[in-house]
Amino acid sequence: MLFTSYNFILFLVIVFILYYCIPKKFRWILLLFASYFFYAQAGVELLLFLLSTTVSTYIVSLQLLRLSGTQKAYIAKNKTVLNKEAKKAYKSKIKKKQWKWLLACLFFNFGVLAIFKYTNFTIANINSLITAFGGTKQLNFLNLVLPMGISFYMFQTMGYLIDVYRGTVQAERNIGKLALFVSFFPQLVQGPISRYNDLSRTLFEKQAFNSSNVWFGLQRILWGYLKKMVIADRILPAVNTIINAPEDYQGAYVLAGMIFYAIELYADFTGGIDIVIGIGQIFGIEMTENFNRPYFSKNITEYWRRWHITMGTWFKDYLFYPISICKPMRKLSKWSRNHLGEAVGRKLPVYISTLVVWFVTGLWHGASWNFITWGVFNGVIILLSGECAPLYQWFHKRFRVENKIWYSAFQILRTFLLMSSLRLFDCYRDVKTAFSMFGTLFTKWNYEVFFNGSMLELGISTADYMVLLLGVLLLLLVSLRQRKGSVRQQMAEKPITVNLLAVYLLFMAIIILGAYGIGYDASQFIYNQF
Amino acid sequence: MKRKKRIIGIVAVLLCIASLYLVQKLLMPKYSADIFEGALIEDYYNETTEHQVVFIGDCEVYENFSPITLWEEYGITSYIRGSAQQLIWQSYYLMEETLSYEKPDVIVFNVLSMQYGEPQNEAYNRMTLDGMKWSGSKIKSIFDSMTEEESFVEYLFPLFRYHSRWSELTADDVTYMFSKKRMFHSGYLMRVDKKAAGSVPEGKILDNYQFDDSCYEYLDKMVALCEEQDVQLVFIKAPSLYPYWYDEWEAQIESYAKEKGVPYVNYLEEIEEIGLDFSQDTYDGGLHLNLSGAEKLTRYFGNWLKENYDLTDYRENEELAKIWSEKKDFYDEMKEDQYRELDEFGYLKSYGAREVTNED
Repeated sequence: MLFTSYNFILFLVIVFILYYCIPKKFRWILLLFASYFFYAQAGVELLLFLLSTTVSTYIVSLQLLRLSGTQKAYIAKNKTVLNKEAKKAYKSKIKKKQWKWLLACLFFNFGVLAIFKYTNFTIANINSLITAFGGTKQLNFLNLVLPMGISFYMFQTMGYLIDVYRGTVQAERNIGKLALFVSFFPQLVQGPISRYNDLSRTLFEKQAFNSSNVWFGLQRILWGYLKKMVIADRILPAVNTIINAPEDYQGAYVLAGMIFYAIELYADFTGGIDIVIGIGQIFGIEMTENFNRPYFSKNITEYWRRWHITMGTWFKDYLFYPISICKPMRKLSKWSRNHLGEAVGRKLPVYISTLVVWFVTGLWHGASWNFITWGVFNGVIILLSGECAPLYQWFHKRFRVENKIWYSAFQILRTFLLMSSLRLFDCYRDVKTAFSMFGTLFTKWNYEVFFNGSMLELGISTADYMVLLLGVLLLLLVSLRQRKGSVRQQMAEKPITVNLLAVYLLFMAIIILGAYGIGYDASQFIYNQF
Repeated sequence: MKRKKRIIGIVAVLLCIASLYLVQKLLMPKYSADIFEGALIEDYYNETTEHQVVFIGDCEVYENFSPITLWEEYGITSYIRGSAQQLIWQSYYLMEETLSYEKPDVIVFNVLSMQYGEPQNEAYNRMTLDGMKWSGSKIKSIFDSMTEEESFVEYLFPLFRYHSRWSELTADDVTYMFSKKRMFHSGYLMRVDKKAAGSVPEGKILDNYQFDDSCYEYLDKMVALCEEQDVQLVFIKAPSLYPYWYDEWEAQIESYAKEKGVPYVNYLEEIEEIGLDFSQDTYDGGLHLNLSGAEKLTRYFGNWLKENYDLTDYRENEELAKIWSEKKDFYDEMKEDQYRELDEFGYLKSYGAREVTNED
């Protein structure tokens, strides 16, 4: 059930009405049923995956809780007889047991994810190796369909389990509530990847109807639909035309494709998240923000702090830090300090962790060398830009450009183009083509296509370009307003008629200018595929 | 303050609904410059009197029969509820709807649509279904007609279907927002131009000549409905040379009509008796008759009706005579306009469509 389908709108309206008609204490239960119903639309059998993750996490989290309880009770009972070492040894013994439970659950769940997401990728690589070594036998691909949203709910759930293990989250004793945390329908398919402590505060709360929440939520939903249906889906044909025929569309077309895809991806993903967060808000549920005006970033590190924030922080908390401070890494750091110098010893764990994180980030986005290359390139550029930081600082100081508007604009444009270039790996069918198309930006000098009408032959008309131009200007305007805080809050301070008019125009723009219905391909949100 | 906010809210919602209605009216196709047949179905609701004969079917009725001729020659009042590629279940539901408005003596159904057992084409569906007034018949017809890409919501709110027409709006979209351009003559779409038919090729060999069970199901329903309503049902096959009418199809219809006791006339077998000359009487090489052909066929058919059914000649009825005289005037004017266009441009530029609406 796509967010942009009539069925979803009807489903949402029914759930909304029921939600505020039933007693408050049952509202979270309604959301659980609604979430499972929503997921079942993609295939009833897929509920098994959701259930297996929920049940395994529930069992293990309770085991972790039980072991913590046992430890506390044992220490309290033997407070007088246990010395510090004995307490430490007992705690370590319990921690080891907890670690085993955690590891088993992580292996099971990530194993399921790996089987469905990476088996055919592995087979393809094995086949390539066989061919490379002169073999003729090839392994057959498996017919595996990736369960909807598995990358998102798996990460969210495993994050919860790790937090329980770390003791930063109290394990949920009610399996229904845990099931809702795992499956809450708006965020199930494209995030944000919520933390239990953040989401549970409002998810299970006995929510009263709050007109302000509903009004704000509705505005956010409409804004999301505008981004997705008026901008992202309208520009989609041009993006597809360019990237599906690299032999025909090179040079200036690649540049156009990069920019179009940047617009599409931004409008699609942030639009989807706006819808998700807006839906949460109409139910009185607060969800973590996933974006903070990323295209205004001045460097790649800042960009990744502002784009897909919940994924970034997940990798930071559950992968980067554990790798950076794990025992082998500490040993390696110590060794390199002794043999290669203080600076190298200090940086090596960070470098290795960064590259591992970005390798995994690439792999998370998709089972292909394109995404892995994309991820590793991101990591390498982040590290390089970190290495160049002193040089930049010197340059900024020497030429006094740091607070100049034109220089800030240059930095923003540079970051935008850099990130857009990296996304070529996301667009083209293989790494070689992506590199080759990037090369044509400089070797194929056909920039006249921007002025001779060729851009009108990419599957979008003059009218489409006009709508896109207006849409992008609106995005820019809203982003600029967001510097002063929530735009909806700013709007709320204006007369009610202004608010109504703004929402009305938003609504009419979606209805009239939206790329939906017959004649338009029903396009999935890009991040649904992950 | 709270009360004021509530009033503002209610007014805003009402204004929003009103504007959505207006925008929907603006964006829906008007079929005023081409594909006129898209407005045929809706035209029926402008009728003020009942009809003795109602034709139901695809282009083989609305292009081939002239109710004005039937009136002029025999004093028979008739109407054609035809639409492009009208599928048999659409014909049945139109029949059901028509019988809720009036009770004709005879309903004539053209059997060409027996060839389609499944929904075919969204554009044609729209031409039949959009124009129907909301009723149980329309809802059932929509559900039976929808192709995979279609959605009931888009029939309920056509704005969702036609929203992207904003970039192709013309002055006609404003002019005919609330009332369609007057183009038809009791459901007949006039064409006076000529394009002679060449040699008629044999139809291509089909895998299966058997009509689909669902078509028979609707044929049964038509028979039952007409029996129940005490209306005489007549099956015809209009004398269009294309699409090819196979002998195997003919045999099935003949057999069915015989079994059910429904009169069936295949006019393809009576072309000479009708006097049709396919070098003169068709405007598109034999697919459809032009005015001259339609008038010949209608005269022949009217004669058959008179011979077989006790249909009153209403030409002496003052009220009907007045209505049909006005229709005749419009018919003659359009005929004249079309001939003038042919003389002037060598082709039908506007099909003689006058800038008048059904309300004028």
